Amino acid sequence: MRKLLILGAGTAGTILANRLRKELAEAEWQITVVDRDDSHHYQPGYLFIPFGIYSPRQIVKPRWRFLPDGVDFTLAEVERIDADGKSVLLKGGRTLDYDYLIVTTGAVPRPDQTPGMADGELWHTKVFDFYTLEGSAALHQALERFTGGRLVVHITEMPIKCPVAPLEFSFLADDYLTRRGIRDKVSITYVTPLDGAFTKPVASATLGHLLTERGIEVETDFMIESIDNEAQAIVSYDEREIPFDLLVTVPLNMGQQFIIDSGLGDELGFIPVDKHTLRSVAHDDIFVLGDASNVPTSKAGSVAHFEADVFVDNFVALAKGEPMTHSFDGHANCFVESGRGKGLLLDFNYETQPLTGTFPLPRVGPMQLLKESRSNHLGKLAFEHIYWHMLLPGRPIPLPAAMSMTGKIPADPSMAAAGH
Amino acid sequence: MPTTTIAGRRIDVNEEGFLVNPDEWDEALAVELARQIGIEMTDAHWAPIRFMREDYQANDKVTPTLRRMSTAGGFNVKELFALFPKKPAKKMSYIAGVPKPVGCV
Repeated sequence: MRKLLILGAGTAGTILANRLRKELAEAEWQITVVDRDDSHHYQPGYLFIPFGIYSPRQIVKPRWRFLPDGVDFTLAEVERIDADGKSVLLKGGRTLDYDYLIVTTGAVPRPDQTPGMADGELWHTKVFDFYTLEGSAALHQALERFTGGRLVVHITEMPIKCPVAPLEFSFLADDYLTRRGIRDKVSITYVTPLDGAFTKPVASATLGHLLTERGIEVETDFMIESIDNEAQAIVSYDEREIPFDLLVTVPLNMGQQFIIDSGLGDELGFIPVDKHTLRSVAHDDIFVLGDASNVPTSKAGSVAHFEADVFVDNFVALAKGEPMTHSFDGHANCFVESGRGKGLLLDFNYETQPLTGTFPLPRVGPMQLLKESRSNHLGKLAFEHIYWHMLLPGRPIPLPAAMSMTGKIPADPSMAAAGH
Repeated sequence: MPTTTIAGRRIDVNEEGFLVNPDEWDEALAVELARQIGIEMTDAHWAPIRFMREDYQANDKVTPTLRRMSTAGGFNVKELFALFPKKPAKKMSYIAGVPKPVGCV
């Protein structure tokens, strides 16, 4: 009996458990899934909680309900991976051996890594994150009490999960404050370590334009050193200070601490892998899917899904002793809520930046790439249902894993140059 | 692809002026590249530039981010901002003749 061990029952781990249990014979392969708790959070929902669009209860379901029969689900915290000994040590002393290990433990916000953030007296009174359920619920209370002043939306450092989320937060905040009739009493500043609104030039130009249109100021190349709790300001390494009355920050995102403790992570605790096969560079019997690896594409659920499509075929081949012939191209697509009931859609990969056009069907859509439309917004809301009922169970979704150029319009290069 | 003449040599650069081929780089060229963005190279400047080159070669041709410069190279981020004002990651990679760090996805 061969042993496959999956660490993490989030988006990537759950999809893999479902897909691989169907592909690998139960008589030959034992599949074990480990997670430290039994609460699966629909993370895209965090964005909507501060504005009261979703309630915290709505986006949490038990993990076991989405895992298939025929896998062992173990509730335990991981202490350490012993890659040379092919085993995982759990807290409490239990050890699990494996033939193959798949790490799907994601990325975690680390407010403790910026002086004055988690350890500051303003944490969760005037300084909030919305990358945790507690953070976004606390921010909801604070926004309801907010009557005016300086709202600062801030990114600590890239990469972060769902890199468009802070932009979406800004658009939704503009919308929310307008509906409450206090938009004119609030200044919104978007503070980023990048040199523009987004990481990819064409999208950066489009999204930057949307920020300007909504009267949101942008402060670029801002590398935070600390939060000055007394002065109520964020301070950069080059000594710029931006004062706030309400700070919404995206803390540094890192891989899990046990990955760092096991000596498997890079400087942020993400595991270096081959970007096309997702196989650990250091250990042939370890694969990493979802946010936990260092692949140079967005940390997003769509990426985990596209990675799984490629990986499952490869792993089935590997299990038979055949070569892995499928290659992941970095495909990501992100819905971007732009407020006022509209949204945009970005579709890109390692080689091609987000383009305009229609998706998923050439010229038909119904969704418009890189352009605001109501159907994009409805697509984002409908996605919650798809997530629980199609994506996690590993049912076929009519989106190809490899990105297609059909129906897309190559970007105007002058726009690209202006963006970066 | 644009070509430019730096220190009497024809060099291929991209639209932002970054070297296309890191192997065309040498320290004499770095002095000229630095001068073009208003930086006079001193010993304090050379240490991070040399580390960036070495790390890029050793680490599968990935340009180190500021965080990596700090954790793996032991450089103080605030000093890097003082040496290469405003955009240290971009300026250092420009001078070191390696691609801009792509930690930003």
